[in-house]
Amino acid sequence: MLRIAKLPIAIFALFIIVFPWIARHIPAIDHYTDIMVFAGIYCLITIGLSLLMGYAGQISIGHAAFFGIGAYISAILTATYGLNPWACMLVAMFITALIALLVGTPSLKLKGHYLAMATLAFGIIIFIIFNEEAEWTGGPDGMSGIPGLSLFGFEFDTVEKYFYLVWCFVFAAFIFTANIIQSGTGRALRAIHTSELAASAMGVDVSRFKILIFGYSAVLASVAGSLYAHYINFVNPSTFDLFFSIKLLIMIALGGMHNIWGAIIGAGLITFLSYEWLHFFEEFEVIVYGAILLLVTIFLPQGLAGVPGIVKGWFRS
Amino acid sequence: MEKITFASQLLQYLITGLTVGSVYAMVAVGFNIIYNVTEIINFAQGEFVMLGGLIMVFFHVAVGLPLILAFPATVILVTLVGMLLDRMAIRPIRRPSVLTLIIATIAASILIKGAAMFIWGKDPYDLPAFSGRNPITFLGAVIQPQYLWVIGFLIITVITLSIFFNRTIIGKAMTACADNADAASLVGINVKQMILLSFALSAGIGAVAGITVTPISLMEYDRGVMLAIKGFGAAILGGLGSFPGAILGGLIIGSIESFGAGLISSGYKDAFALLVLIAVLFFKPSGILGSIEISKIKRF
Repeated sequence: MLRIAKLPIAIFALFIIVFPWIARHIPAIDHYTDIMVFAGIYCLITIGLSLLMGYAGQISIGHAAFFGIGAYISAILTATYGLNPWACMLVAMFITALIALLVGTPSLKLKGHYLAMATLAFGIIIFIIFNEEAEWTGGPDGMSGIPGLSLFGFEFDTVEKYFYLVWCFVFAAFIFTANIIQSGTGRALRAIHTSELAASAMGVDVSRFKILIFGYSAVLASVAGSLYAHYINFVNPSTFDLFFSIKLLIMIALGGMHNIWGAIIGAGLITFLSYEWLHFFEEFEVIVYGAILLLVTIFLPQGLAGVPGIVKGWFRS
Repeated sequence: MEKITFASQLLQYLITGLTVGSVYAMVAVGFNIIYNVTEIINFAQGEFVMLGGLIMVFFHVAVGLPLILAFPATVILVTLVGMLLDRMAIRPIRRPSVLTLIIATIAASILIKGAAMFIWGKDPYDLPAFSGRNPITFLGAVIQPQYLWVIGFLIITVITLSIFFNRTIIGKAMTACADNADAASLVGINVKQMILLSFALSAGIGAVAGITVTPISLMEYDRGVMLAIKGFGAAILGGLGSFPGAILGGLIIGSIESFGAGLISSGYKDAFALLVLIAVLFFKPSGILGSIEISKIKRF
């Protein structure tokens, strides 16, 4: 499905615009706006990741690291050095892109399991660095005092204002990514996914495209990290552990990795599950996640975004 | 005097490294068995080790079975978990690809980990050492008797496996599946059963590793991932699919980790093994004893 219909985007945009207003008027869900901020932040990561996994067919179990690098660079530069948050966000994006290039260039030559393990190991190393370099990062206790965001004197100081800010980023990323998918690059990526050999025989520069998308998804994760740090004004390493990378994987698999909408659906659902609906399970929620991931992989390989297609198939036959 | 103590310290690091390395080697052997038959990397491999340790604690300490009974009981139980993993997570996948297989084994690993947390909680458990804890002093280095058990079990495992794969019909049938599954099924080998067997064997070896290492380093529910990654590092370093490579890789990774933690920084202990893993992947993905020709004909 290369064409991405415009109508659902418009409907979804409308839903986002009215969401805080609806939530404000229903006491039972008035804190959902806050959760939606996190959902938006995770959407930014999953949009990039779904492009990497679903369209380019490359697996990364280390994106928590890029999320963390963005968050920590923003945190350190603003809280410790008092620099402008937006400039810091750009610096974070730039550094993350460099790191992604450095890690990605050799890793993406690897395929399948090797790539998964390389990104997994990378993620854990970064996590250890966050914990160990306490001088910079505050170690396991984390660091606080990260300022909020403002633009031309306008402070994003309430949940609702931040909600709109984050979702503006999500829509920008969504539309940009949708354009990539619909362009020649998108076709090249799908060709790589189907067969790297055939793609390169058709003149597609396989490794260049893979690096490009890996870098793009890392930069999106970095932006998400910066937004996260400025929202909760505090970062600590445990947010960026291996389990978060796996959670991202669950979001993508549940939503459906072959569809950009899947990234939104998966991130939204898993965020609400972990912030709201799974409190009952406390720390045993990990079992629920494992079960979801396994069941989706076995019974719903296309994810939730594939359900309409399956239903259509029933009606036709 | 100073020099001698430093030398004995180095010896100490080496001995500790070889012991830990033996555990990594056993995990790596487990990876290789499944990889050779199915070309799957089982991300849940470390959970077998964790289960081995914790179930042994249950049988030996909680139930009070003697060592000689608790040991096989644990191995059998973990082997069953391995077979369950194949039947519940791997075989039901209709169109297997690297991506789905990786995700399925990751799902299984967090399920097992969650179940272990449910059963045993988050505390680490101790197991009495097999033959006491009176250390043997050797050239100024201290050797726990349990170290010898770990290394001994690695040797036993390796010998048993090489006899199994080279001398028995079933072992040869498994090797045949590894070479060419279609051809193997044409000559009447039940490939599905061989896959099941590979998961069983690999789980059993993981259990042995877990049982033997628990008296040294204790065991808790979330130890699996790290063991799996380091075991994978060992398998890659030695050359994925090669048994001598797995042992060599395990011992090297264990030693690097032990020396790194002792001489450079203990906080970065886990990072050393991972850096080695990444370096090998980047510069020589075929490993020390692996061959590029073999990796090219593999499906994934």
